[in-house]
Amino acid sequence: MLLDKSISQLAKLLRSKKVSSVDLVTEAYDRIADLNPQLNSFISLRDKEEVIKEAKKADEGIDQATSLLHGIPYSLKDAYVNKETQTTCGSQVLDGFNSPYEATVQKKLKDSGAILIGKNNLDAWGHGGSTENTDYKVGKNPWDITRIPGGSSGGSAAAISSRMISFSIGEDTGGSIRNPSSMCNTSGLKVSYGRVSRYGTISYASSLDSVGPMAKSVEDLALVLKNIIGKDKLDATSSNNNDTDYLTDLNKKVSKTIGLPKEFFDEGLDPKVKEIILKAVKKYEDAGHKVVEVSIPLIKYGVSIYYLTGLSETSSNMARYDGVRYGHSRQLLSDETKRRIMLGSYALSAGYADELYKKAQQARTKLIEEFTKAFKECDVLLAPVTPSIPAKIGELINDPLKSFLEDLYTGPINVAGLTSLSIPAGFTQDKLPVGMQLIGKRFHEAELLQLGHAYQQLTNWHLEKPSIIQ
Amino acid sequence: MTDSPKNYQLICGLEVHAELKTKSKMFCGCKNDPFHAPKPNLYTCPTCLGMPGGLPVPNKKAIEWTIKLGLALNCKINLFSKFDRKHYFYPDLPKGYQISQYDIPFCYDGYMDTSEGRVGITRIHLEEDTGKLLHKTIKNEKVSLVDFNRGGVPLVEVVTEPDIKTAAQAAEYGRKLRKIIRYLDIGNCDMQKGGMRLEANISLNETSDLPEYKVEVKNINSFKYMEQAINYEMKRQAVLLNDDKIPTQETRGWDANKQVTFSQRTKESAEDYRYFPDPDIPPLQFTKEQIESWKKDLPSLPEQVISDWKEEFNIEERYSQLLIDNVQAKALLGSIFAAAQKENVKPNDIAKEIINKNIKFNKDSKSQEVIADYQQLHQTDDLDSSVLTKTIGQILTANQDAVTKYQAGKTQVIGFLLGQVAQKLPQKLDMSLVRSELLKALEN
Repeated sequence: MLLDKSISQLAKLLRSKKVSSVDLVTEAYDRIADLNPQLNSFISLRDKEEVIKEAKKADEGIDQATSLLHGIPYSLKDAYVNKETQTTCGSQVLDGFNSPYEATVQKKLKDSGAILIGKNNLDAWGHGGSTENTDYKVGKNPWDITRIPGGSSGGSAAAISSRMISFSIGEDTGGSIRNPSSMCNTSGLKVSYGRVSRYGTISYASSLDSVGPMAKSVEDLALVLKNIIGKDKLDATSSNNNDTDYLTDLNKKVSKTIGLPKEFFDEGLDPKVKEIILKAVKKYEDAGHKVVEVSIPLIKYGVSIYYLTGLSETSSNMARYDGVRYGHSRQLLSDETKRRIMLGSYALSAGYADELYKKAQQARTKLIEEFTKAFKECDVLLAPVTPSIPAKIGELINDPLKSFLEDLYTGPINVAGLTSLSIPAGFTQDKLPVGMQLIGKRFHEAELLQLGHAYQQLTNWHLEKPSIIQ
Repeated sequence: MTDSPKNYQLICGLEVHAELKTKSKMFCGCKNDPFHAPKPNLYTCPTCLGMPGGLPVPNKKAIEWTIKLGLALNCKINLFSKFDRKHYFYPDLPKGYQISQYDIPFCYDGYMDTSEGRVGITRIHLEEDTGKLLHKTIKNEKVSLVDFNRGGVPLVEVVTEPDIKTAAQAAEYGRKLRKIIRYLDIGNCDMQKGGMRLEANISLNETSDLPEYKVEVKNINSFKYMEQAINYEMKRQAVLLNDDKIPTQETRGWDANKQVTFSQRTKESAEDYRYFPDPDIPPLQFTKEQIESWKKDLPSLPEQVISDWKEEFNIEERYSQLLIDNVQAKALLGSIFAAAQKENVKPNDIAKEIINKNIKFNKDSKSQEVIADYQQLHQTDDLDSSVLTKTIGQILTANQDAVTKYQAGKTQVIGFLLGQVAQKLPQKLDMSLVRSELLKALEN
């Protein structure tokens, strides 16, 4: 199984001509054909013949390749515009939309020589944490197909977990990369706000959206990240702050102070999840890192700030899907999306904005201050990703409030613009994956990747695969 | 309509929109040239079409120009500013919101002096223009078409205080504002094409206090129409007020053919635009030094130039008013006038001939060429002064009644007498010389 290997292993095999890009692409299509009907990880696939042709070209150019991604098959969450397939964002409103231009992240990956296979399923417009709120087929978790894969980048995580693809680009507004990574036993990086260009990303909430890699390991994440970062003249919020080669220092031995924010471990947390996270903490302690308890009292408002901000912005960002263009009526928007547009419009309305949107922005500033304070006592924070294990399909979509609370530990990180790495931390007795997140200061991705990589050198959780492919 | 028995005072403020002539649009790299585009929707991209994933990046030049306009209008400048989203649905607005500025405009609290007093400038902000709707019948079907060549063009809005007291003052303010924008070389203000658009908020009161209603007349595309519309509204509203009726708070349009305003839309309550800071655009922070340096860059404004030219070159105001078009022309004319003075040619004469289009003048003109042109135009045959004196004597004798009129103070007869002299003398005359000789003879 070639796609079970790390990107650097594959890059070596490609360069020694023991394996070809055509082999990798063919394997990807075979596994997708085999598993996608059960998992619904993809909404759109490129024409196989066309992709094989591209792979042949990649094989011919392998000796001149400068990026380790050359010839490696990948997928995009269907929230990025590209020219090879339609872009739907999971919604019938955009069904059949062929973008005349491509996202910066897609352009960068193409330039690196990586090969796009298709576009992954998601909660429409990023509105959800379960990949159930898609207008296509409901996404499933490869570890238990009666359960959700998480979301909104659930298709990407499930595709990586089941080795349909080597890596994927997810999008994280309030946990959409980390949550499915945790639920599908994969690794995902929510980058600092501004680290990767958002140009060509279908906006959910512009001040929270982040474009990041999803893969099997931290090492793969570092490699992909290196290829997609940087200031983009087409995105005024992009930054070149501290851009670095994330691979060089990945193996550097570091000793850090890890903070456990006590508010992330209170009664809302499923004891099964808590136990697994605390074992991971112990592992770090044993490896010589210092662990301290910290407090971020305002975190109790974190999810409110996140939703007031995110839904206000999404009510505005969705205004362009007015039915005048793209061919489909806005009546096709799902209940969840309509709910979010209504809540956001309300929060921005005259007479309510002061108490809702504006207050949330004031609280946002305060919350950022609290994080800054916490980071004076530690280098990184360690926390669970979601309060509970992957829900049964149907459980969350019928309980919108519970669904919102899934973002309890992830949403506040976006509110503060920080970076956060989600990595596998263990399994429940029912063999359901549980992830943890390492949260870093803004633009401190390198620090997180080092710590995450160190953990993956000590543990094998990330190497475990769902039985569906064995 | 009868005239009002009561004495009402006009209370009027203006909102003027002007497109800036930057090379590219406000938030994308598309060409900013909507009026010369060879076909519709040519200068468009994912950002100005509001496509999924398109992002705005603000145009630095447009921001700098807006602030310079503010400085020229004596405004204070907000060192911290931002762009906001203004939401409303209209097919020419592809994002469902317009990027504008809400509570922190770049410029505020300025003024412009007019011959009827000072007009306070409330604020100047920068926003993006919308696309253009075309309603047509194609193959017997009525259709609405959208052209986005104009969508995303930088647009400044200058809002005044309700300080305007007459329709003529409103027009004067508008003309002056246009002159300043053109002079700063930041906009063409082509009113016919919509490059500059006027809106007047008009109400009447017996005192100078703001009354409880206002009528907004929108989309006026000439200063003359604005003056007419305000005068019309004053009469219309006075009639209502005399009947103890309060004019409806509404938006009206101006029908130039019928010379009336007409109701377009009544505003029951304020529209809710759900303004909030555009999260795609980081807030802007300027430094005092930056603003100071822009202020230093500002050329002296038309009024200053007129008085400078008067003092330095003795240029009549009626000429300078016509010549001060933009800042480039001003610099070039200044150097021509200086060179003329050196060569003992009166700058005022050159100014006059330029206006009368007797000498070629454009932005590439060289001062020496202009002066040479002038001299060629005024090359006169040598005139024997005794012939001239004699001719003048003959004319005065033959036209005694005109001489009498002149001595009675009717100096306009001089034109007639000059004409008579010129007829007698067939060669090309230096008329200023003839004039002074004629005056001498008349005074004796």
